[in-house]
Amino acid sequence: MTAAVTTASATTTRGAGKTSRRRSAVWLGLTPFAIYVILFLAIPAVLAVGSGFFDSTGTFTFANFSAVTDPSFQADFLNTIVLSAVTAVIGAIVGAVICFALLGTKPDGFLRTVIDSASSVLAQFGGVMLAFAFIATIGAQGVITQLLVQWGLVKNVFNNFEGGTLLYQPWQGLVIPYLYFQIPLMVIVFMPAIAGLKATWGEANATLGGTRFTYWTRIAFPILTPAFFGSLILLFANSFSSYATAAALISQGGLTSLDIKTALVSETVVGKANQAGILALAMVVVMIIVMVAYSALERRASRWRR
Amino acid sequence: MSAQRFGAEPSKTARNVILIVVGVLFLIPIAAMVQFTLRVGQPVKGVQGYGVQHYLDVFNPANESTYDPLFQGVQNSLVIAVLTVLIILVLLLPTMILIELKFPQFRKVLEFVCLIPITIPTVVLVVGFIPAYQVVAQIFGSTPYTLAFAIGIICLPYAFRPIATNLAAIDVTIMSEAARSLGASWASVLWRVILPNLRRGILSAILLTVAVVLGEYTIAAFLSQTTFQTSLLLIQQTDPYVGVIFAVFALVFVFVLLVIIGRVGNIRGRRSTRRKSRVS
Repeated sequence: MTAAVTTASATTTRGAGKTSRRRSAVWLGLTPFAIYVILFLAIPAVLAVGSGFFDSTGTFTFANFSAVTDPSFQADFLNTIVLSAVTAVIGAIVGAVICFALLGTKPDGFLRTVIDSASSVLAQFGGVMLAFAFIATIGAQGVITQLLVQWGLVKNVFNNFEGGTLLYQPWQGLVIPYLYFQIPLMVIVFMPAIAGLKATWGEANATLGGTRFTYWTRIAFPILTPAFFGSLILLFANSFSSYATAAALISQGGLTSLDIKTALVSETVVGKANQAGILALAMVVVMIIVMVAYSALERRASRWRR
Repeated sequence: MSAQRFGAEPSKTARNVILIVVGVLFLIPIAAMVQFTLRVGQPVKGVQGYGVQHYLDVFNPANESTYDPLFQGVQNSLVIAVLTVLIILVLLLPTMILIELKFPQFRKVLEFVCLIPITIPTVVLVVGFIPAYQVVAQIFGSTPYTLAFAIGIICLPYAFRPIATNLAAIDVTIMSEAARSLGASWASVLWRVILPNLRRGILSAILLTVAVVLGEYTIAAFLSQTTFQTSLLLIQQTDPYVGVIFAVFALVFVFVLLVIIGRVGNIRGRRSTRRKSRVS
């Protein structure tokens, strides 16, 4: 009955959908957002990548591509990829274990609210403040560093790492701080997948004589695999594009995002600013590859989520 | 004796062990920050003095000029947060409702557009924001508040997701057609039917937007404006203690805010579903 009424009213509204004048008035409603996105997303994105193809006088050139052959750029690019890969793999595994531990807790219970909130804060809000936290923990005067020195256990784990402090090494030192936003991000993105495991599947497995071991190997792992790798890729992208934590800890460069800053503010070498465009292009290329892989995996993962 | 467990649920012991270990590991850096802010002076013969000296310093008028950039940064960030929320509410939200009602065929396009900022690293976008803001500065002047336009873009994915989830959960078309056939004007459909039903999604979107704005560093740093994060880094060089005090405070503040909103949202959500089921 209700359905009939709604369909009827739907057809009447649509049937009465007055002429193209009304339609264009509605179209007009979409323009403010469209203009905003074009001005502040499309144009900057094109400018960012496009600036790599021009020199400082505005002439079209491929000369900036020399930035790619620069050995220090290559080393930093490799650093960035290694750092992203390492933190993505560790973050994904630890995050998945936390999600597993949270299975069976009430989704709107206090525990889950606290963990969700903590995850959002650390994953999206951290940045500079996480850097401070780790300076206070494992920096030269950090709490853990002081404790270790005091106990005489280790003199040179966090301190005197190749003559410096571990925390300020281009990628090794960033692994621990980066994990503090990677693991929470994994909890945020992987939780829906693992919460989607239906209780009925476990019961079906048990009625068919399966053990908890076969449940994991034959049901849960195969279903979760695409979601896991999808989340892992997202973590890679997240750490690849992050800037604030690294900038707060390291000033001399060593990561591609820091190189962009150096190129942009460089006043000693004319036209170096345009090389930032090429570095930006290199990052975008990696991100596009990564996101294409992500959407392919996401499509597979969502099959089980309905 | 525990009941036979099927499926994936971990045992109580396993859950507690995992959560406690992870909880402790994540609390250590925060505790270290607190310990750091309580240090007074250099250690004498290996003994560190403790006190609340650095907390009192924040309120000491003598230090006003030192901390001025920090308070300026906090103030700028708060104004930018309000402006960014306005951008989300005035530009994104009506567009999403309009597309849901009139142009469902554009839903995918809007989703794609709103997720682009995740795909393009902020550092990359900033390379393009610099020339774009030379134009913006000519129109609006070089105030930090104009950063709201750029940060609004960064917030799109975070604001889009909760509103989209909420829109998917309710049937806006049927609701608005029902209201229209009962004689409601479009304004009252929007104000009295659609928006109240989107309350939770809008609330989460606003909250995430505020968190992203307060935590934003990259854009402000590259465009040389003073916000909370850039001033934190600046003050760190003159007085590391105050920087860390503000960092701890900000982390805890946003965390508590999220917990409160999460609890309130849950309770309200549960009550309204109960009411709905009673009516039907």
